[in-house]
Amino acid sequence: MTLKITDVSHDEEFMRKLQEISGEDVSKCMQCGTCTGGCPMTDKMDGTPRQIMLLSHYGMKDKISADNTVWLCATCNTCYARCPRGIEIPKVMEAIRQLKLRENINKVEPNQIPPEILEDAPQIAIVSCLRKNTS
Amino acid sequence: MKICYYPGCTLKTKARNLETAGIEAMRALDVEMEELERWNCCGVVFSLADDDLLHLLAPIRDLIRVKDAGHDKVLTLCSMCYNTLARSNLVMRDNEEKRDTINTFMEEETDYFGDVKVLHLLNFLRDEIGWDKVKAQVKVPLKGLKVATNYGCTLTRPDEVGIDSAENPTVFEDFLRALGAEPIHFPGGTDCCGTYQVMDNPEAADDAVARIITSATDYGAEAIVSSCPLCEYNVGKRQAALLEKKDDLKELPSFYLTQLLAVAFGADPESLGFELNHAGSLPLLKEKVLK
Repeated sequence: MTLKITDVSHDEEFMRKLQEISGEDVSKCMQCGTCTGGCPMTDKMDGTPRQIMLLSHYGMKDKISADNTVWLCATCNTCYARCPRGIEIPKVMEAIRQLKLRENINKVEPNQIPPEILEDAPQIAIVSCLRKNTS
Repeated sequence: MKICYYPGCTLKTKARNLETAGIEAMRALDVEMEELERWNCCGVVFSLADDDLLHLLAPIRDLIRVKDAGHDKVLTLCSMCYNTLARSNLVMRDNEEKRDTINTFMEEETDYFGDVKVLHLLNFLRDEIGWDKVKAQVKVPLKGLKVATNYGCTLTRPDEVGIDSAENPTVFEDFLRALGAEPIHFPGGTDCCGTYQVMDNPEAADDAVARIITSATDYGAEAIVSSCPLCEYNVGKRQAALLEKKDDLKELPSFYLTQLLAVAFGADPESLGFELNHAGSLPLLKEKVLK
């Protein structure tokens, strides 16, 4: 992908908040792609974890927001277990989700979960889904 | 021996087979699981936002309850509960600032310093009981049963709470061997089942489960064992619906680790909640083990 980097393409406020909420320094990422290689959800993702790390490094908030990547993250920690720089990538994913959710926007509306799934699924599925997807 | 037991919400309802079998099996090892009083849901996932302390309160309160009950260890059967309690515990042990803030905020509770030991059944059996003692209690060896070990995400990742190596763990295989079963170590053993994505993006979870089942059956598994109600839901309960969509997948009956433990110790299989499992699970046991 070609990123057009100009004097206004990076959102400094986004970069600052991302660092604050995640506690991770995304500039440590060396773009090796190991995270993408182990991620179980990449088939359905618009951008890969590696690409999200690159976009985060350049503060490209709008491009990140346009992707479904962070919402498909299952927090399985495979990327974190394998990252050669030791970056806790799930925290970066969580921070990006939080920045959206804290605008008081739910990604998943509890009352829109199909009733047959609510009845069928174990509580931990419902609770964790809502923890990750609601404000 | 008595050990403080933290069930977690799902083990009282949708995953009561995981609990029933566990309590029964532990009796054979002379271990009485004393359920923690006034426990609350741990919140399922560990809060990953650095500025979010609110979601740490629930699991930490549980750990305070453990101490208040006079215990220094707590046992979980659900690996998600294990992970959340263990990671929250480390915050209280290692992060002075957050510990002070949380202790101050929860002023009506005893101050807590992260000194409870959080255990999952697997590392409890390995480290505090020993496989020899487990083997000595086996009355019905699971001979000839080829079981794939589904560690899932939360037992071995991240490193700071992992009960074994994240890439090449062996504890679940050792468990199965102690019961006389044949463990199938396969590349998808530590793969993610999709977890909560099953609620919102079920096709993504289906793909993740399909990969696990394909990998396990390719390596010769005739069953799969899990320790997490969400893994069991995705891989076990939802399997029939998945097989209808992906007909190249082979059927793979699923078990909870406690069910295999209880059966091996001679418990009556009809009392172990198999009606909640994959339909092929009890028939497979009857065919191969309970002759």
